Amino acid sequence: MQKTPILSVQQMDMIFPDDNGGLHAVENISFEVCPQEFVCVVGPSGCGKSTLLRVLAGLLTPTQGKINFAGGTPRIGMVFQDSNLMPWRSVLKNITLPLELDGLDSAQAALKAQDLIDLVGLQSFEENLPRDLSGGMAHRVALARSLVHDPDILLLDEPFASLDALTRDRMGTELLRIWQARQKTVIMVTHSISEALFLADRVIVLTQRPGSLKLDMDVKLPRPRAEEMRYTSQFGEMAKKLKDAIE
Amino acid sequence: MDIHLVRKLKSSPRRATQFWTALLSLFLALAGWQLLIQFTDLPAFILPSPADVGTRFARALTDGSLLRHTSVTLGEVLLGLLTGSTLATVLGYLLAKSRLFEQLLAPYLVASQAVPVVAIAPLLVIWFGPGIFSKVLICALIVFFPVLVNTIVGVRAVPNALRDLMRSLRATRWQTLRYLEIPAALPVFLGGLRIGAALSVIGAVVGEFVGADRGLGFLINVGRGQYDTALVFVAIFALVALALVLYGVVAWLENYLLKWQAWRSQ
Ligand SMILES: Nc1ncnc2c1ncn2[C@@H]1O[C@H](COP(=O)(O)OP(=O)(O)O)[C@@H](O)[C@H]1O
Ligand SMILES: [Mg+2]
Repeated sequence: MQKTPILSVQQMDMIFPDDNGGLHAVENISFEVCPQEFVCVVGPSGCGKSTLLRVLAGLLTPTQGKINFAGGTPRIGMVFQDSNLMPWRSVLKNITLPLELDGLDSAQAALKAQDLIDLVGLQSFEENLPRDLSGGMAHRVALARSLVHDPDILLLDEPFASLDALTRDRMGTELLRIWQARQKTVIMVTHSISEALFLADRVIVLTQRPGSLKLDMDVKLPRPRAEEMRYTSQFGEMAKKLKDAIE
Repeated sequence: MDIHLVRKLKSSPRRATQFWTALLSLFLALAGWQLLIQFTDLPAFILPSPADVGTRFARALTDGSLLRHTSVTLGEVLLGLLTGSTLATVLGYLLAKSRLFEQLLAPYLVASQAVPVVAIAPLLVIWFGPGIFSKVLICALIVFFPVLVNTIVGVRAVPNALRDLMRSLRATRWQTLRYLEIPAALPVFLGGLRIGAALSVIGAVVGEFVGADRGLGFLINVGRGQYDTALVFVAIFALVALALVLYGVVAWLENYLLKWQAWRSQ
């Protein structure tokens, strides 16, 4: 069964202007993403993963190539490497921000946000300020904020990189649960092979800078995925394949 | 919630201690002053005693002159602060957002700072007369620069990551201003306003020294002319009180608007 892609990237190039002829960050990347697909992007650091994601988010205009979203300009939900919350807004207010930008009044926005607060398990922290939160909690707020306005596509840039290993795994499991509940298209950058395999339907590997497509691998692991799966031989083989591709 | 309650309970006895310490230090200062008079035998027109100043204060208060002059100075200070900081905020925002604009205007702004306002105050009074307008102008000029600089610094310091967030949500320019730039720049901006408020008082007094027929600066001149040194003291204390109240208002505003800053609730 072939679905029509929600996103297609065609021969995209990104060159940052600098003093000696420009810094070639991303070279000739093409791929497609289907609705509700979970795609992970991995690659050596500095290979242009963030750049790719920023182009998809509309924060950068590619030097060359085309980005096509089915149905015009998409609504973007983005989670950055650090939680990137507004320190002057409460947890609730941080989550309602995208709704307020959409013109909803505070009462309506708060009502909608409540669902997500429940989903990410932040009940009773609504009125707390970001400074009162642990790293994991702050990331859950960021995740809720990225989902609250019902985006067409979720872009995650190493969202859990700053967390400790345990919290990180837990956040991954939580992300999976939310992804299944919300049926979102997700593109996530990570530098962890096991995280990519555990979460994704598909893993895209980029080469050293300028990042170009090295490998586009389907992850045919059954869902729902449990922690134990990380220790199966199938998982290990795929991890090996990815690791070889990155080096 | 419990945490906030504990914080409040903790802070109130500390506040009370602070108050009594301040009162004690005031009392000691007055006692020292009185002792100085007792032992040095200075004439009242050089150094009046606390009691002299007290009675002069009561007289100036009952004949209404103190209140009248204080309100004139306060009016000048507030008007100057308002116009100066409004212009500085608008201009500062534009300068922070546009390199071209900054390159065009920066040389003039820096040059204008090399001219001491105190030195051109007489000129302004000659041009615009001894009325309130020239004082407001002096206040506005003196307030302008610190507020301008802090606005620029504040707006430039808005985290790029949060700008990215706003752009990923397709926020308009106006929304970015309202939801991101204003709250993010506020701490630095209010710091500038606090400095501006103190400077504005100085501006008003300088203007009144140069030429005026009312205001606390004028009252100091009158006291000096009549060897009524107690009146000079009364006017100075009124000025100090004015400056402290203004400072307190801005500090209160900071505490209220910037509650989210972690160190404020400590
Ligand atoms: N705005 C920018 N201007 C100039 N160079 C940039 C910019 N953003 C990223 N780069 C460069 O592009 C390359 C890829 O960066 P990035 O996409 O952040 O890598 P990754 O996320 O894979 O670690 C790096 O060499 C980086 O220095
Ligand atoms: Mg990156």
